Amino acid sequence: MTLLNAALQGVFLGAFYAVLACGLSIMFGVMRIINLAHGDIAVLGAYVVFVIVEHAGVSAFIAFAAALPVMVVLGYVLQITLLERSLKAGILTPLLATFGLSIVIQNLLQLAFSPDVQSLGGSAGALTTSSWQLAGGLSVSALGLVVLVVAVLVFGALQLFLARTRIGWMMRATAEDADAAELVGINSRSVYAWATAMAVAIAALGGFFLAIRSVFDPVSGPTQLIFAFEAVVIGGMGSLWGTLLGGIALGVAQTLGAQVHPQFAVMAGHLLFLIVLIVRFGGGRAVLRAAR
Amino acid sequence: MKVARWTRTSKLFTGGTAGVAVALACIPLVFESDVVQKLTTLLILVLLAAMWNALAGYGGLLSVGQQAFIGIGAYGTVFFADQGVTPYVAMILATLLAGAISLPISLFALRLRAAQFAIGMWVIAEVMSIIVRLDQNLGAGTGISLIQMNQYEPNFRQAYTFWLALAFTAIFLVALFLLLRSPLGTSLQAIRDDEDAARSLGVRVAARKRLLFVLAGFGCGAAGVLIVANTLFIEPGSVFSVQWSAYMIFMVLVGGLGTFEGPIIGAILLFAIQTTFTQGGPWYLVGLGATAALFALALPRGLWGTVEERLGLRLLPVGYRVVGAKGEERAA
Repeated sequence: MTLLNAALQGVFLGAFYAVLACGLSIMFGVMRIINLAHGDIAVLGAYVVFVIVEHAGVSAFIAFAAALPVMVVLGYVLQITLLERSLKAGILTPLLATFGLSIVIQNLLQLAFSPDVQSLGGSAGALTTSSWQLAGGLSVSALGLVVLVVAVLVFGALQLFLARTRIGWMMRATAEDADAAELVGINSRSVYAWATAMAVAIAALGGFFLAIRSVFDPVSGPTQLIFAFEAVVIGGMGSLWGTLLGGIALGVAQTLGAQVHPQFAVMAGHLLFLIVLIVRFGGGRAVLRAAR
Repeated sequence: MKVARWTRTSKLFTGGTAGVAVALACIPLVFESDVVQKLTTLLILVLLAAMWNALAGYGGLLSVGQQAFIGIGAYGTVFFADQGVTPYVAMILATLLAGAISLPISLFALRLRAAQFAIGMWVIAEVMSIIVRLDQNLGAGTGISLIQMNQYEPNFRQAYTFWLALAFTAIFLVALFLLLRSPLGTSLQAIRDDEDAARSLGVRVAARKRLLFVLAGFGCGAAGVLIVANTLFIEPGSVFSVQWSAYMIFMVLVGGLGTFEGPIIGAILLFAIQTTFTQGGPWYLVGLGATAALFALALPRGLWGTVEERLGLRLLPVGYRVVGAKGEERAA
């Protein structure tokens, strides 16, 4: 039954990865770019919450609510200052520019805060400690459940937003064909800026979850980016619900891998990701041909 | 009108470069071993920059995972030396190993596009790092020394390592230079300029990219070999660090993506910065990251690419230029 319990914990872990990956998926879906600073932005979000908690002495949840508008503005500004320019310059430029941004954010965080690890677990109240034991050795933590429910709500809300609202329609139209969308009067610049603002806000939610479920430090970002990207790819790039499933698949792979050997957890996730890439892009056949 | 490759300046300069290489070879005879060690670091940076540029500048392949090959080179050296192979022979074997491993990786990695390739390579580097961490014989997570190097007297050791670095850098730069000047090189530059157009003209894009990928695998493996030979100690956390990719991106972007001379200039610049800000620290990295991003956005051809464009200057010519009837020259 420990295996089943491990898989269940994987679902909770995966819901967290799905939240981290959501913003990455939005930006890829709308603009066809991958933001290599996505993980660092999530960690930045965690630090913004951390600062508010330290100075205002409020609970982590209230601090997160206060941090959210800050992150929305940050995402908007990021798009109009940096990403918009890089989009026009070819497919490699957004990667190069956001990789540079990633290094800048990590080291500015090192300067502003110490390299020490931090956690917001203590200021999130009883949520981080309570759990229930179910029949058959299954255990459900309150925090895991909250993350899972929030993840489903975020993806559901996003689905409704894209299907029902005017900005959502404009986003889908721009994603389909930006030039044609411009022709019917959609301002793609503003659509892109809103997409990035949303992506950054949801990344901050991911960073917040990271901070209350475990620990973070200024260089936690790249690992979060890799996990988020793996979730997006496993779920099928450009598919929103796919990203949720991809995150859960990644989480389950990691917790099952940990059953083999504690150090094998992350490795199992990487292997799942590489296998999905090989299967999807037909590299498998080439590898077989070379082996013969 | 005719088409020419060489100009008087470029002939002089290319000849001069060979002279510089000979002069460099004499350095261990003249200078103290700490100078030699520093210059070895410079050569490693030049090699890394040239290899990353071969991938990104000519193949359009942006990798943030070349540290995978750096790690194979470094840990391969330790592995072979532990088997009783003479250290410097172990270094050659480790370089070959890195190149050999790059071939099967290329079979699947080259099917990925843009960000998938970039992060896919990164994940491959992470997987290698985890494999090393799981292996007690390679020092697991805490690192390992290349103790077999103790058999050499330190000054001699430093000199041998420098000569090896010089030989590797020269071999890989000359190989790249000749490759870019061959008919293959023309197709590589066509891919750099417009991949789809090149494909439609019958360029075998996949095969050409594989060539660059394997060359870069060898080259980055050689750099990893030199890193362990120069520092005598490695740990997975630093040798597989994505920071190497950050350095490579900085050097190539600042020097000039897709130019032959640019990465060398970028490497010298990074070396100068590293020597000035010896204690490193976050501000220095903030500067590197911001500069790389700025160059990507505002000056995509880098310092050398811009000079080339403005002045029509070619020092190590890999392309052709149109020479007008009256002797006035235009870059092709």
